[in-house]
Amino acid sequence: MMSKIKSFDELKSVQERLKAGRDPKKPCITICVGTGCLAYGTQKLVDNFREELTKRNLTEKIDFRTTGCHGFCERGPMIVISPDKVFYQRVGLADAGEIIDKTLLKGEIIERLLYVDPATGKKIVHEDDVPFYKKQTRLVFGQNSKVDPESLEDYLAIGGYSALGKALTGMKPEAIIQEVIKANLRGRGGGGFPAGWKWDETRKAEGEPKYVICNADEGDPGAYMDRSLLEGNPHLVLEGMIIGAFAIGSSQGYIYARNEYPLAIKNITLAIKQAREAGLLGENILGTGFSFDVKINRGGGAFVCGESSALFASLEGRAGEPRAKYIHATHKGLYDKPTNLNNVETWANVPFIIEKGADWYASIGTAGSKGTKIFSLVGKINNTGLVEVPMGTTLREIVFEIGGGIPDGRKFKAIQTGGPSGGCIPEKYLDMHVDFDELTKIGSMMGSGGMIVMDERNCMVDVAKYFTNFLVSESCGKCVPCREGVRRMRDILADIADGKGKEGDVELLEKMSKAIIDGSLCALGSSAPNPVLSTIRYFRDEYEAHIKEKRCPAGVCKALITYSVDAEKCTGCTVCSKVCPTGAASGERKKVHSIDTEKCTKCGACRESCKFDAIIVR
Amino acid sequence: MINLTINNKKIEAEDGQTVLEVARENGIVIPTLCSHESLEPSGACRLCVVEAKQGKRTRIVTSCLYPVAEGLIVDTKSERVIEVRRLVLQLLLARCPESVQLKELAAELGIEPELRFTPDKDSSKCILCRMCVRTCEKVVGVCAIGFSYRGSEKNVCTPFQEDSVSCIGCGACAYVCPSGHIEMETSESGDIRKIWGRTFKMKTCKVCGRYFAPEDQLAFISKTSGVPIEDLAVCVSCR
Repeated sequence: MMSKIKSFDELKSVQERLKAGRDPKKPCITICVGTGCLAYGTQKLVDNFREELTKRNLTEKIDFRTTGCHGFCERGPMIVISPDKVFYQRVGLADAGEIIDKTLLKGEIIERLLYVDPATGKKIVHEDDVPFYKKQTRLVFGQNSKVDPESLEDYLAIGGYSALGKALTGMKPEAIIQEVIKANLRGRGGGGFPAGWKWDETRKAEGEPKYVICNADEGDPGAYMDRSLLEGNPHLVLEGMIIGAFAIGSSQGYIYARNEYPLAIKNITLAIKQAREAGLLGENILGTGFSFDVKINRGGGAFVCGESSALFASLEGRAGEPRAKYIHATHKGLYDKPTNLNNVETWANVPFIIEKGADWYASIGTAGSKGTKIFSLVGKINNTGLVEVPMGTTLREIVFEIGGGIPDGRKFKAIQTGGPSGGCIPEKYLDMHVDFDELTKIGSMMGSGGMIVMDERNCMVDVAKYFTNFLVSESCGKCVPCREGVRRMRDILADIADGKGKEGDVELLEKMSKAIIDGSLCALGSSAPNPVLSTIRYFRDEYEAHIKEKRCPAGVCKALITYSVDAEKCTGCTVCSKVCPTGAASGERKKVHSIDTEKCTKCGACRESCKFDAIIVR
Repeated sequence: MINLTINNKKIEAEDGQTVLEVARENGIVIPTLCSHESLEPSGACRLCVVEAKQGKRTRIVTSCLYPVAEGLIVDTKSERVIEVRRLVLQLLLARCPESVQLKELAAELGIEPELRFTPDKDSSKCILCRMCVRTCEKVVGVCAIGFSYRGSEKNVCTPFQEDSVSCIGCGACAYVCPSGHIEMETSESGDIRKIWGRTFKMKTCKVCGRYFAPEDQLAFISKTSGVPIEDLAVCVSCR
């Protein structure tokens, strides 16, 4: 336990002491234990490393650090060995001993654990040379691999809480707000509203107490940026919140986190306790007289609770339903008091702005969107993971240079951004510069930063149906357009996918979308038609093919497709007959196989496994 | 005083009033399904939407919640407004095909059902306007009913869908229901009333002898108001 730090000067000396204790030349094994890597069984590898180090009496000579997510989730379990930053990926759970003996003790590189650049076929030794990392600007997320999220000392050793010290002792609240306005930090949770203006409104609003809330109710399918920040670097988020609270004039904060994020909740709970003990949170922070404390509220998993007014309702102990926001939360939010709500990533940006200044921050990004953005890059992409890039990076750079392109040499079709209520962006916009305004212009949005890549085997009607279905199940049910309208849209989409679409369905969907956007109570409803509208906008021909020709061009919608074998391509390798769960695919070795359409359930296993592209779907 | 315009008509309003209140005071009709003078507005049905222009910004808002403001220009019948209203009613007609009240309202507004929407078959007439729940909580003060589930599964029911323990049989929920969903059965002689799975014994008026209120309701009123139960033995007509 750290004793109370009573002043900024004392903080500086503690940081110096901790930093001095860290020899940059000392060998250190850094291992990612984010949720993604833990799912690979990394905990076992961690235990093995500890055991093998102890066995060899090396615990003093070699540092071993467990950290949060590094982002390259596709290649876990992964370790980085300092000082040279040797990068090993897909590490076997039993590889610990070998790594210590060869790489740490003898300086040998273990070839099989190196990352192979699929573009060049070359093996890459150092983390910084891996294309996935090379093209990123890991401003916020980069600290994840430098700190053990359970260690306040680690965070202090890299200069953590300096921004807080600077803000509390050297800046007036108004000046902090001006700095955030000047940096043009826009909310990373979806809306993109300038955080500084929100702070300013809340500060000026009448009413006490004022609340500061961190929205950690990230619920987009496939998105885990906020989760990884809270899990991997909780003190950074906390530091941002404390600075914000001081600027706004708040003494009470909340973190509203999903209960489905147990590790994030565990780590932020510990961080709060540590910060309190160290005098960085609670009464009289750093001896400045400013007091602020944070409580954690665990949400029950309703997507809609990420919407501010539903989040407040849930925090107040009521059902998570939104209310009309004709009076802003900055004036009447939680318990009808002035409330400032920002999401995890927004708060995590704050210490950098304070520490390095608004001018520096605003030098990164585009005219309207400053700084970096963390995206969760998933779907049909080689390098699944979390990537952080400056605002304005093109989609092509993200998908092909960082993401490594589409697996199996397939063709890029679309990228869905902005979460379930975002939009699908077609190939022709691959060179667009990603920022808040550009995405909105082409019918999608930034959202919280989800990016789902689709290839030629994704049917856009099916995609629209999937997201609409998600929104149907996540609608709170309060207002009619969202509760009833989105469900009817889903039914029509299901009809189209089932070959029961009717002439005029597309036009009806468009008409309904307009009324739902206009008529819904909250942003969930008013953005719910986006997946449908954007897929109609860019892939109308696919809708037409389903409706008029009863055909699914991508070969996805089961009611409209049949599987058969291309006799010219089939080599009789028997793989399809082995993976087929119903015995529909069959044939003799080295002879052309066939598919019994009566037995075929159209699961697609044969198509996925055929190395000769011999399965025809029509 | 606040000056605003509704449908080109210059109107003066009090600060804090909603657009719906002001429109009604001035004889401008805005259809609603979840608004009641005894209840705080909730903005659930979306039928009362209007187009509001404030400065350069024009948007669709719910008039039941939107506060009047100086210079506000309101259009209660713009094309966008009509489209929202049409969809809302078409959706409700498909949800509750058996509700006579909804059919009447649709006819009044000249809205035809959308045939592409397959009518629901569960014969529910509930449009989830929340008036019953809000009345039970805020007017009666009992909270015998609430919501369970969410989204399209959402429904009004007693806690855990069990026979209500706290219901006093007052029938206020059935009274405010705009779509005829909540049914209250009364026996022929009037001695018994059934609602929310409970059977309530009715009390006769000491003067006229007619059944006039459930015993549980009178006991509840006596308990919450402090009026002795004997003083509650006379019906409204005979008081």
